[in-house]
Amino acid sequence: MNHFKFLLAFFGLILASVSFAAFDDHRFPFDDEGLKERYEALTYELRCPKCQNQNVADSDAPIASDIRERVYDLLNEGATDKEIIDHMIDRYTEFVTYKPQMSFGIMWLYIIPTAVLVIGLAFIYLRSRKTKEAAAPEQIDEKEQQKLNELLK
Amino acid sequence: MIAELGFVALLLAMALSVLQSFFPMIGVVNKNLWLMQTGRPLTLGVFVMLTIGFLCLGYSHAVDDFTVAYVANHSNSELPMQYKISSIWGGHEGSMYLWIYILSGWALAVSIFSKSLPRENLATILAVMGMVTLGFLLFLILTSNPFERILPIPPEDGRDLNPLLQDIGLILHPPMLYMGYVGFSVAFVFAISALISGNLDSAWARWSRPWTNIAWVFMTLGIALGSWWAYYELGWGGWWFWDPVENASFMPWLMGTALIHSLAVTEKRGMFKSWTVLLAIFTFSFSLLGTFLVRSGVLTSVHAFAADPERGYFILALLALTIGGSLTLFAIKAPGLRSRASFTLFSRESFLLINNVLLSVSCFMVLLGTLYPLIFDALGLRKISVGPPFFDFFFTKLMAVLILALAIGPLLKWKKNEYKTLKKFAAIGAVASIALGFIAMYWYGNGEINFAVWLGLSLCFWLGFGILKAFKDNTRNAKSFMGGLKKLAPSFYGMQFAHFGMIITTVGVVMVSNYETEEDIRMAVGEAVQYDEYEFRFEGAYPVIGPNYSAMRGEMLVFRDDEKVVRLSPEKRNYNASGQIMTEADIDAGLMKDLYVSMGEELNSNGDWSVRIHIKPFVRWIWLGTIFMSIGAVLAILDRRYRKTIKVKN
Amino acid sequence: MNRWIYFAPAFLVLAIGGLFLYVMVADIDTKNIPTPLKDKALPEFALPSVHDPDEILRNTNLSDQPYLLNVWATWCITCRVEHPVLYRLAQDEGVKFIGLNYKDSRDEAIDWLAEYNDPFSKNIYDEEGTLGFDLGVTGAPETFFVRGDGTVAYKHVGEIDYDNWNNKLKAIYESL
Repeated sequence: MNHFKFLLAFFGLILASVSFAAFDDHRFPFDDEGLKERYEALTYELRCPKCQNQNVADSDAPIASDIRERVYDLLNEGATDKEIIDHMIDRYTEFVTYKPQMSFGIMWLYIIPTAVLVIGLAFIYLRSRKTKEAAAPEQIDEKEQQKLNELLK
Repeated sequence: MIAELGFVALLLAMALSVLQSFFPMIGVVNKNLWLMQTGRPLTLGVFVMLTIGFLCLGYSHAVDDFTVAYVANHSNSELPMQYKISSIWGGHEGSMYLWIYILSGWALAVSIFSKSLPRENLATILAVMGMVTLGFLLFLILTSNPFERILPIPPEDGRDLNPLLQDIGLILHPPMLYMGYVGFSVAFVFAISALISGNLDSAWARWSRPWTNIAWVFMTLGIALGSWWAYYELGWGGWWFWDPVENASFMPWLMGTALIHSLAVTEKRGMFKSWTVLLAIFTFSFSLLGTFLVRSGVLTSVHAFAADPERGYFILALLALTIGGSLTLFAIKAPGLRSRASFTLFSRESFLLINNVLLSVSCFMVLLGTLYPLIFDALGLRKISVGPPFFDFFFTKLMAVLILALAIGPLLKWKKNEYKTLKKFAAIGAVASIALGFIAMYWYGNGEINFAVWLGLSLCFWLGFGILKAFKDNTRNAKSFMGGLKKLAPSFYGMQFAHFGMIITTVGVVMVSNYETEEDIRMAVGEAVQYDEYEFRFEGAYPVIGPNYSAMRGEMLVFRDDEKVVRLSPEKRNYNASGQIMTEADIDAGLMKDLYVSMGEELNSNGDWSVRIHIKPFVRWIWLGTIFMSIGAVLAILDRRYRKTIKVKN
Repeated sequence: MNRWIYFAPAFLVLAIGGLFLYVMVADIDTKNIPTPLKDKALPEFALPSVHDPDEILRNTNLSDQPYLLNVWATWCITCRVEHPVLYRLAQDEGVKFIGLNYKDSRDEAIDWLAEYNDPFSKNIYDEEGTLGFDLGVTGAPETFFVRGDGTVAYKHVGEIDYDNWNNKLKAIYESL
C-alpha cells in the first residue's frame, strides 16, 4: 500500500469513527424510501438461478450479488418493477422469479384451489340445509352407544 | 464386527416383521387366538432388534469407524461427540434407519397401551404396522444399508457432517419431526383396521384421538424447531420459505390438524366417518410423500439428500402399495358408512367442517404449488418457480377466514344453535377487535397505517374475545368464576390453550413480516452506525479457531440511548474437512424483538466488513405459539374419558 | 350418491404417482434450465480481447463459422479440469472455441493460457461480467453452442468431458 492510500484510509477511519452519518456506508444506498422498499420486494421475489432454492436477497452466491446490483442499477435508472423482472427473465428464464408469469397454464394454479374451496364450502352449505328440515335424530344411535359402552367398559 | 452385528440385527428385525405382518392377520381370519396374540411379542422383538442395530450404528459413529461407508461420508474424527452421534441421522441411510426405528417404537407403544382394544382389532393394527415396517426395512436393507463397509482401503478420515447440521437444532429437529411423521401411522393403521373390520364407530375415534394428538405435538414442535433452526443457522433470518421440503412437513401437519378436529366430531356425534378415515389415510400419506420428496431428488430443495433413482423407484413403489392400497380399501368400504345425523349451518358440526375444508384446501394448495414446476417440466413446458408470492397469497386469506370461524366454532352447540345467542357477542366483539387492532397497529407503527397489520391484529383480538367468551359461557352455571374454572374439563382447557397458541403465532407472523427491517452496511473498525433505535459499533473481526473450523468473529457492541444493550459476535466459519463457508449469526433474542447480526464479506485489507443487521419484532412469538398449541393438544388427551381407557389397560 | 366418487382420492393419488414415475423414467432434469437465448442472436457487446486491450471484439465480428463460446476463469477449478479436454478437441477434432474470460484478471488469464495451452481462437475479456450477465451465465464453466449466423443453439452448464462430448455435445456441435 502506498503512503497516500494509507493516509487516506487513516483519515477515513478517524472521520468514520466520529461521524454517525447513518446510512452513508450502505452497500446499496437509496435516497428514496420507496425505492428501498421496492428493492427489498424485488430481491425477495427473484430466485437465485444457481442456488438450490434461495432468493436473491438471502443468497451469498456471486450470481445473486450480480442480480442484486443489477436490480439496484435498474431501480435508480427509473425502471418499473415489471421491466426489472422482465429484464431478468430475458436472461435467466422465468425460473428466476418466484411468482410465475400469468399465462394459460399458470391460471389453473390459482383457479384450482379456489374451485376446491368453493366446492368444499358449498358442500357444507348443502349438507347442512338439507338436513335442517329433516327432524334431527339424537346424538349417536342407541345401538352404537351400547357398543361404545361395552367397548369402553 | 460391530457393523456386521448391526446388519444381522437389521436382518432379524426384518424376519420378525415378516412374521408380525402375517401371523396376527392369519389369526384374525382363522379366529386363532394364539396367532392373534403373537402380535405383541413380535412387535417387541422387532423393536429390540432395531435397538441393537441402532446402538451398533451409534457405536460405529462414536469410535470413528471409517470403514463403514456411512460413517465415512457423514462424520469426521474432529467432530465433537454430540455431533458424531447426531450424524447418525445426518444422511439418507441413517435418517431412514431412525425413521423405521421410530415406527417400530410407535408400534411397541400401541401394543403396550392398547391392551383394552378388542383382540381382533389389536391383531389387525399390529399386523398393518408390521407391513409398513417391513416395507421400509426392505427399502433400507436393499437400497440404503447404513452398515456397508468401504473395503479394502477405508479413507483416513471422514468427509464430515454438513456444517449446517452441526448444531443443537439438528440434534433435535429430525427425531422430533420423524416422531410426528411416523406417529401419524398409528391413526392410519387404526383407520385401516377399522375399515377392514367394518367397525368404524365412536370407539374407534376415541382410541385414535390420543395417538393423533401426541403425533401432532411432535410434528408441531418438530416443524417449529426446524423453523427456529433455519432462522438462526442459515444466516439470513428467514423462518419459513415454502421450500418443497418444508412444505413436505407442513402438508401432513395441516392434514393432521384437520384430522384432530374431525375425530372430535366422529367421536362425539358419530358423524363424518368416511371423511375422518380419509383424513387419517391422507395424513400419513402426506408423511410418506414427504419422505419420498426428500429422498428421490425429484424436486430441487435446500434440504434434499443426494438423489438416487433406484431409491426413488423403490419408495414410489412402497407409496403406491401403502397409499393406493388403503385408498382402494377406502373406496370399497366407505360407501357403507353413511351417517344419519343432521346439523344446521349454524352449529358446531358445520364450523368444524369449515375448519376441515380450510385446512384441506390449504394443504391441497401447498401440494399443487409444490408440484406445479414438476408438472410443467413433465409436460415439457417452461421452467418455472412457484414460491412465497403464490403460497402467501392463498395461505394468508385461508388462515384469516379460519381465525374468523375459529372464534365462533367453540361457542356453538352441537346440531343446532340459535343465531340470537351470539348476536350481541359478534357485534360487540367485531367492533372492539377492529378498534383494538387499529389502536395496536397505530401505536406500534408510530401512526403509520398498515392494513395487513390492522387486519391481522384485529383477527387476533377477535379470537381472543372468542376464547374469553368460551370461558364465560362454560362457567356460567357455577357458583363463582374460579369455582367454574376448576370444574372445566382438561379437554376444554386443551382446546383453548391450542387456540390461544394460534393467536400468539399469528401475532408473531403478522408483526415480523410487516415490521422487520434489515440493512447491509459497510463497516470499518471502530465505526458506529445508528439503525432503528440502536447504535451498532463495530470493533473489528478477529480470527478464532473452533474444534473443526476456523472463523473470523466480528465484535459488535450495541447501544441504546448510550447504554450498552449487548455484545454480538457473529462468525464467518470455514469448516476444515469440507471447506464449506458458514455464516453464524449472533442474535440478541427478546420477547418483543430480536437483534440479528451476520457477517457478510471482508471488503478490504483494513478490516472493513459488510455486515447485515436485521431487526425482527415479535419473531419469537411464532415458536412460542406452537408451544401453547402443543400444551393444548397434550391437555386435551388428559381428559377423563381417555384416562379411563388407559387405566383399564394397566 | 354415486359410489364411484369414493374412488376419487385413489385416482388423485394415482395421478400424482404417475407424474413422479414419468419424471423419473423420462429422467427429466429438473435442475437444468435451458438458455432463453436459444435460436436468438447473441446479445450486443463490444469488449476487448484478453491478449490485446486495443482489439475490440463484437457480437458481429466474432466468427462466420459455428463455434463454442466457453465461459472460463482462472479462479474456476472446474475450468482447470476441463481445459485439457477443450485443447484436445480443438487440436484433434478442429472444434472452434472462443473464450469468454469471466470476472478475471487479464494478467493471470494470459499466464494461465501460456502455461496450459490455448484452445481459443479468440478470447473475450469480460472483467465486470456484463456480457456474462446478458448471456445468463450463472457461473463457470458454461459453454454456448453458436451457429455461423450468430444465433445460439444450446447451452451446456458445467465441464465438458469426453463422456458428455461423445454422447451428446458432439452431435449438437456437428448439427450447427
